[in-house]
Amino acid sequence: MNKSIVAIATLALFVAAWEQGTGDDEAKPYSSRYQPMASGATLLTGATVLTGTGERLEGADVLISDGKIQAVGEDLDAGDATVIDASGRWVTPGVIDVHSHLGVYASPGTESHSDGNEATSPNTAEVWAEHSVWPHDPGFVTALAGGVTSMQILPGSANLFGGRSVTLKNVPGRNVQDMKFPGAPYGLKMACGENPKRVYGSRSQAPGTRMGNVAGYRTAWIQAADYKKKMEAAEGGKGEPPMRDLQLETLAGVLSGEILIHNHCYRGDEMSVMLDIAKEFGYKITAFHHAVEAYKIADLLEESGTCAAMWADWWGFKMEAYDGIRENAALVDLAGACAIIHSDSAVGIQRLNQETAKVIGAAARVGIDIQPEHAIQWITSNAAKALGIDADTGTLEAGKMADVVIWSGSPFSVYTRADQVFIDGALAYDRFDDSVNPVTDFSLGTAAATGGAQ
Amino acid sequence: MKSRRVLIGFTTFILLAVSSVGSAQSTAIVGGTAVTMGPQGTVENATIVIDNGQFISVTADGAVPDGATVIDASGKIVTPGLFTPIGSLGLVEVGFSAGPLDQLQRGEEFTASFDIADAYNPRSTLIAVNRIEGVTRAVIVPSPGFPDESGSSGSVLAGLAAMVNLGGGDDSVERRSVAMMVSLGQGGSGLAGGSRAGAILELRAALDEAQSYGDDPGEREDYKLSLSDLDALQGVLNGDVPIYVNVNRASDISVLIDLVDEYGLNAIIVGGSEAWMVAGDLAAAGIPVVLAPQDILPGSFDRINARRESAAMLADAGVTIAFADGQSQTYNARNITQSAGNAVAYGLSRDDALRAITIAPAEIFSVADRVGSIEVGKEADVVIWPADPLELTSYPEQVYIKGNAVEMTSRQTLLRDRYLQTDSDKPPAYRR
Repeated sequence: MNKSIVAIATLALFVAAWEQGTGDDEAKPYSSRYQPMASGATLLTGATVLTGTGERLEGADVLISDGKIQAVGEDLDAGDATVIDASGRWVTPGVIDVHSHLGVYASPGTESHSDGNEATSPNTAEVWAEHSVWPHDPGFVTALAGGVTSMQILPGSANLFGGRSVTLKNVPGRNVQDMKFPGAPYGLKMACGENPKRVYGSRSQAPGTRMGNVAGYRTAWIQAADYKKKMEAAEGGKGEPPMRDLQLETLAGVLSGEILIHNHCYRGDEMSVMLDIAKEFGYKITAFHHAVEAYKIADLLEESGTCAAMWADWWGFKMEAYDGIRENAALVDLAGACAIIHSDSAVGIQRLNQETAKVIGAAARVGIDIQPEHAIQWITSNAAKALGIDADTGTLEAGKMADVVIWSGSPFSVYTRADQVFIDGALAYDRFDDSVNPVTDFSLGTAAATGGAQ
Repeated sequence: MKSRRVLIGFTTFILLAVSSVGSAQSTAIVGGTAVTMGPQGTVENATIVIDNGQFISVTADGAVPDGATVIDASGKIVTPGLFTPIGSLGLVEVGFSAGPLDQLQRGEEFTASFDIADAYNPRSTLIAVNRIEGVTRAVIVPSPGFPDESGSSGSVLAGLAAMVNLGGGDDSVERRSVAMMVSLGQGGSGLAGGSRAGAILELRAALDEAQSYGDDPGEREDYKLSLSDLDALQGVLNGDVPIYVNVNRASDISVLIDLVDEYGLNAIIVGGSEAWMVAGDLAAAGIPVVLAPQDILPGSFDRINARRESAAMLADAGVTIAFADGQSQTYNARNITQSAGNAVAYGLSRDDALRAITIAPAEIFSVADRVGSIEVGKEADVVIWPADPLELTSYPEQVYIKGNAVEMTSRQTLLRDRYLQTDSDKPPAYRR
């Protein structure tokens, strides 16, 4: 057999594994089979619009057709579009959560639904979160009611390398392929600190310390670099390609820049070490998640172009979370780094706008003025950037996917609700019309399905 | 010897200063909108006079007494201190892999009599974090000692809750034995052999034994419970100490209502995801519910019918409600305002929402004669807010506990201020 054909075929597989699929080649295994729901043209009129680009427009219209944002501005021509009066209401891009375990830790939280942590080895870069996602998790629907249109589902943090993440559109699907965000890059979950060393140390297995964690990352990257080198050599006609290895394939994908690193890490000093590991092996950390002490190293995050995805106020529940402060995201933002508010919670994901409001309030207390048009970026465009989907969604710019929320008022008021949510231009949720709203198979017959009528 | 005595005297003085007990000078908070949560309702341009730790008068456009410290609250909102009805404040510092969890009692000799007040640390770093956000009172509770490797099987009776003020002084425990913690439903099943019916049986057996002991302590010597537990249960049987029951499923709540009626107990429900389905029965039985309005997911098969409008539906049926977010009732007890705001978003009146984080929990734990509202004669826990207290962008400008202005700092504000000094040429550890 011709060696170069084998090499090319192997390379093709390798590349196929990096992308979640564009939707145009449905034959590719595991690729996205997402199809937007049918939608007509819609014109939202007279709203306070936060574009996600840092702008705020008063009394503005948003024109949606063919599933895309067509225009944002004043007095747009409706044409044959359905007009929705959004005066007195606020319109924003769909909310994006970069850190969710919906589907992999589904409700109800039974032992049988515990599919998020392959806690059987400190390096499980070979597992893919999408192979655990249960599309009938009722949490997808409650997140939708909170304006969430896209999210990244991550494996848990028991392992140094937890496995691949998957980015989903928040649409009901029969399977995860129906939900996969077309063309989104994969992520790789890494975890610092207490979790890996506790899980494996308690089994008298490495890693049992933070230094053991770091040795574990470095050892894996050395192997990945070697695998990548051999693959590339075979591609160039030099030698046989090594046998395909799922774990090394994912790690090599990171070194090639195709797979994005999402690194669970709390402490500033540990994030600093992780940045050095990335430097040693020539990869980029796209985002630190939780990043409870990001405010202590905000300048380093700015320099490295690494986002920090943070809670508003979770703190203290473990030692590495003891220094959490509500101003964390504001201080990261102030340093010019990329700030994101994330949930890591099936409850929190329903109210990322409220979590953002807490940071706005805390910042105001020390004289840092954060306007709504700026803060909305923490849960829309900055999140899209961290997921590598910012060319497609995250702002209300012409040509982007029409992932849009109409809020009853300012999204940063506790009294505000998402009135309507559009995904790719289709009405996916309507607070006033239960017939519009999805009901998971699981929720049939419960209060969630009937609006409470029994 | 003499010098040591001087030193002790000095230490006592310092402690008194820190614990901020008593205040000789009177304070008048003037010009604000006082949302009293008492019979006076909302008083515009209120003059609130505080002396000796108590409210002396609350009047519209009232005069300021001579010598009083005047606090201008013009354009601001003045509320009672917030009251969080459940949690482990002062019982835990860092929860995971970091030392004792004093809310947790292992072993089976003492369960009902386990008195959490003895574990309270008023200087816990968690206290100030929540205090400066307006929380002035908390009910702290023991957690059920879940079954573990040590052989402890746990008990459906977890012990006695206490009400504390968050002033940070040695006098913080305000009242012991405000409730007896009980686990029923799914939580109770794991503590009673695997079935929720077993949890009811265990509770009945304890009550029956305590009844027998109470009727004639000398009659028998083969009690299964320790004498201290039997003593503790007397307060439950005579209705002085309500049972504080963690339960969610509607059918479990119905069983509880019958049991409470049969034994003549007082009860409080915490959880209550499906309480709305039996709201009328709860109202008739006078059983209040401490609920988490944001917890609407079917987290377990006990909560399959959780719904957004629970708070409003319970209030409409006449059930007294208070709030505790299941996720953050200790570290972020301050987030009861978020629970209240979300309940309003889904139908609860704003007045009922404010009640649920002030006067209602005080009523539920029978301390409303002392706290929970801005009323003459009550202890002066009061918060001045520049804007709507339920909005998450709001924060208190000043908090008072028993008439004393609280220092508006916490370990978190100190960290914040240190790292805000980005132009400092000193390493962070040298910044103050």
